[in-house]
Amino acid sequence: MEVGIVSYGAYVPRFRIKPHEIAEVWGVDGESMSKGLGIKSKSVPGPDEDVITIAVEAARIALSRIDIDTSDIGSIYVGSESHPYAVKPSATIVAEAIGATPDLTAADYEFACKAGTAAIQTCSGLVGSNAIRYGMAIGADTSQGAPGDALEYTASAGGAAYIIGRENVIAKINKTYSYTTDTPDFWRREGEKYPSHGGRFTGEPAYFKHILSCANNLMEIVGTKPSDYDYAVFHQPNGKFPVSAAKKLGFSKEQVSCGLLTPVIGNTYSGAVLIGLAAVLDVAKPNDRIMMVAYGSGAGSDSFDISVTDEIKTFNRNDSNTVSSIIQNHKFVSYATYAKYMGKIHLRGA
Amino acid sequence: MAIPRFWREIPSRYNLIGTECGNCGKRYFPPRIICPECHRKSVGKMKDVKFQGKGEVVTYSIIHHAPKAYEMQVPYIIAIIEFEEGVRATGQIIDCEPEDVEVGMRVEPAFRKIGEDGKSGVIYYGYKFKPA
Repeated sequence: MEVGIVSYGAYVPRFRIKPHEIAEVWGVDGESMSKGLGIKSKSVPGPDEDVITIAVEAARIALSRIDIDTSDIGSIYVGSESHPYAVKPSATIVAEAIGATPDLTAADYEFACKAGTAAIQTCSGLVGSNAIRYGMAIGADTSQGAPGDALEYTASAGGAAYIIGRENVIAKINKTYSYTTDTPDFWRREGEKYPSHGGRFTGEPAYFKHILSCANNLMEIVGTKPSDYDYAVFHQPNGKFPVSAAKKLGFSKEQVSCGLLTPVIGNTYSGAVLIGLAAVLDVAKPNDRIMMVAYGSGAGSDSFDISVTDEIKTFNRNDSNTVSSIIQNHKFVSYATYAKYMGKIHLRGA
Repeated sequence: MAIPRFWREIPSRYNLIGTECGNCGKRYFPPRIICPECHRKSVGKMKDVKFQGKGEVVTYSIIHHAPKAYEMQVPYIIAIIEFEEGVRATGQIIDCEPEDVEVGMRVEPAFRKIGEDGKSGVIYYGYKFKPA
């Protein structure tokens, strides 16, 4: 049975901040931070935006591109590490806002930066077993870095929504494979505002070990090699890790450049690979093959072998909601405005 | 805001659900239980109707001195929007600088946080408008 992506939508808040602006506050060389992380700017959520509003905007874009009855959506999973509520599912509000309630199952996922791809896997299982007609998987975050921490230069906001189904599939999911271990590279304890991380430990034993193992094992299972793929999207905590991972795996810069958005919008965490995949689907042609590998600290990777179908030719991609159009609409803010929007300023009575 | 009140208003706040009088056909947003023109003739005949919310700015005001909950957003734009479907709604215009807003400007709805009952209370979501 052909299970895959029926529609998709990405959303990125319009505010941006440059690494130089952050570096100046902390007495750091902005140019070297920018070059070291491969970051030119990152997105900043507005004061009235959070994971739920980002998820709803992305979900509504996905729905606007196809003609389906929202009551046929049998599951909604929202993956994020920055859900606005500790207890009260974001997915319930998203489901209500797109008119999918009440006949569906809904839940929130958390797995650092890969909770959105875990949601795609669950929806694929439910659709593939005929338990539901359509499932909606969303990855969205308004990630926070502690003031002055290296994360502050990359942690950004954005998300994407995917409708998984069996009918009019624009991109077939041929195979998904996951690789999971207990690796404490990045975490946030209950009640803590900002996350902690293991510094350099987040690289080799964490990001690279999981991404490389997951990608190689998937290719072994499906019998492919890097040159069989037209595009590859790897988790992108900064602008350099995914390019380095691609090189180690044998993928070229050309294969990863289309889905690499972190240099411009920062690390959108659960939204990262899903926005990258949306940028690829915006331009993909029938029979294009895509490798997508997410990474979530803690740690685990989800990989996907995806083939674009003929349905992409009639799919509505000529709207103002392509990833490139959304990213073009932006406004740079100062560190002071950024601090205000991110709730880093203590107000009287707060 | 009391939780039951917000909960009752979720359909109109999230999805622009208004009403249409089954007697005279006039549409209302926010929804009404009784048509103010047909009175008791409309009882039991008010039907739910979903508005798309695309429309244009009829008039607007720039808010510089805001209630405490909106202090973070000043200066911001509050406008009356006339939907293509004929009804009018008041809402905030976002993703637009105060100097760029003008009467007749095309807008479409966006889903945003409207307010919250403090740090530990319920978060209220609903419609705002952005340039189309």
